[in-house]
Amino acid sequence: MNTLFDKIWDKHVVQVVDDGPTQLYIDRLYCHEVTSPQAFDGMRARGLKCFRPEKIFCMPDHNTPTHDQDKPIADPISKAQVDALERNAKEFGVTHYAMNSRDNGIIHVVGPEKGLSLPGMTIVCGDSHTSTHGAMGAVAFGIGTSEVEMVMASQCILQQKPKSMRISINGQLQKGVTAKDVALYLMAQLTTSGATGYFVEYAGEVVRNLSMEGRLTLCNLSIEMGARGGFIAPDETTFNYIKGREYAPKGEEWDKAVAYWQTLKSGDDAVFDKELTFDAADIEPRITYGTNPGMGIGITESVPENGQMAKSPEQGFQKALEYMGFKPGQMLLGTKVDYVFLGACTNGRIEDFRAFASIVKGRQKAQDVVAWLVPGSWTVDRQIREEGLDKVLAEAGFMIRQPGCSACLAMNDDKVPAGKLAVSTSNRNFEGRQGPGSRTILASPLTAAAAAVTGVITDPRKLL
Amino acid sequence: MKQKFDIITSTCVPLPLENVDTDQIIPARFLKATTREEQFFGDNLFRDWRYNADGTVNRDFVLNNPNYSGCILVAGKNFGSGSSREHAAWAIAGYGFRVVISSFFADIHKNNELNNFVLPVQVSEDFLSELFLAIRNNPKTEVEVDLPRQTVTNKATGRSEHFDINGYKKHCLMNGLDDIDFLVQNEDKTIEWEYGNKVC
Repeated sequence: MNTLFDKIWDKHVVQVVDDGPTQLYIDRLYCHEVTSPQAFDGMRARGLKCFRPEKIFCMPDHNTPTHDQDKPIADPISKAQVDALERNAKEFGVTHYAMNSRDNGIIHVVGPEKGLSLPGMTIVCGDSHTSTHGAMGAVAFGIGTSEVEMVMASQCILQQKPKSMRISINGQLQKGVTAKDVALYLMAQLTTSGATGYFVEYAGEVVRNLSMEGRLTLCNLSIEMGARGGFIAPDETTFNYIKGREYAPKGEEWDKAVAYWQTLKSGDDAVFDKELTFDAADIEPRITYGTNPGMGIGITESVPENGQMAKSPEQGFQKALEYMGFKPGQMLLGTKVDYVFLGACTNGRIEDFRAFASIVKGRQKAQDVVAWLVPGSWTVDRQIREEGLDKVLAEAGFMIRQPGCSACLAMNDDKVPAGKLAVSTSNRNFEGRQGPGSRTILASPLTAAAAAVTGVITDPRKLL
Repeated sequence: MKQKFDIITSTCVPLPLENVDTDQIIPARFLKATTREEQFFGDNLFRDWRYNADGTVNRDFVLNNPNYSGCILVAGKNFGSGSSREHAAWAIAGYGFRVVISSFFADIHKNNELNNFVLPVQVSEDFLSELFLAIRNNPKTEVEVDLPRQTVTNKATGRSEHFDINGYKKHCLMNGLDDIDFLVQNEDKTIEWEYGNKVC
């Protein structure tokens, strides 16, 4: 009761269906090429037009190659999907940021940086990492393709109201511990289903002190605890980030917007269905060892001895370790790494590139490590160059690729080969996620950088 | 799709694993289709568990075990976690499953199943482990899923449990209706809301 989630949700209720879900108004629909074509097809089959086309923004990101974007996509199936999005956007009159245009990038990076995702909004996309936009103080969640079609057709969605949870993280993060580590820590505490059925409000000193980029990373990973969404009450950090962006309110509208946004917080009397509190002092740089994001440890810890310790069923635990080639009780520090991936909607923002560069500056990429550094958008790419980070990275032996989802889910050419071990700043370490047979360790940009220059799993605090 | 639901009685395919994520149900490389080719997605359901890396059939995987068949998939806790890909629900439907029984479903996937006329039936841990045991003892064990009465019955033991589904969605499943029909019909309410909220 009287939580920020209630305030935003309740404001958007068009009606509550008798013995059924809520019809919720949606302020923003994002579409990428993978989960939208069947929705556009459905609209055509029903003879419908988009109800509010000006609220829909499309861009390809999953299939886009991370090199030679000025040339046609070589893979004909990927090309067909990317082309279909452009064609559909044109036919239905919705905004489309084409591949290789200055506006393009990963949808969850572009939305906030363009000022399209604003406090108090309801935001959806056919993508589970839509929770990212919650960092702006919005109710944002991933949906399926049928639901994408619902929003296209009516600007509304039918949903059951989720329960609310507040996760407070108090204290100060130690040096070398990032928002990614906080999220990986929470997943290990809650497991991948611990927040299923809930919307999570992140609070506490640690969260308030996070930059906007850090908040986007934290909210991005809400789904990996099972939560439909996660969000942070907007504050000065949020307003400063939004001000002046392309779609941000301007002039008098800005003042009015900020006045409204300042009311967007949970009341002192707010009652959550669940409240959890954690202490920043307990969080060190984190890595995963298994095949779901909840199977994680502190970087100086060893793999748990059994499934019970890992909050994982015994059978799944053994299957995961077998797949990863690790043993119970094994220390992962010093383990040889084949690939390093910096990027994705989780960690493809400017701050992530700054963090990575801060470690590799004055060092050299380990010879036998393949490193993919993929900015989340062309805006991030431009900023990298403006700040001269490209030179720092080049001197250390790293090349910057072109924006897209890349090796996060291996829908383009950036696939980790079978059996190879990748330290990845992305969001999922599921079996085969980065390519059939690939083995993924999730980590922060600092930990990824430490692995990239040493060639083995390394505590980034030793290199700061 | 849009197959009306009533009472289903079938043998089951058991998948006694927890946290089965949608990347396993349908790996990302099969998401490139631009149409709802359920047959294609069904053929690639659990692709990397069903086939070995060299493309040969993995005889150890349950879908390749001729002892098990039926239109009910029985899976461990937290089924369908991870990616929101509706392709996972299309693959399950395309393979021929009409019901998935588990003790816990991930949110997005559960909605995706419902929107594709696949019924997610959430049962207690106890019911689930008893059912797994019954199927292991006799692969021909049948389960009855009665949507009108909202009950699921293990025919081997006779044990029956009530399952939850809201009245609206139950009506949709039993009558072959979907949410888009409903929302388009309620357009006037949406316009009224927009008028009252001077949408940003």
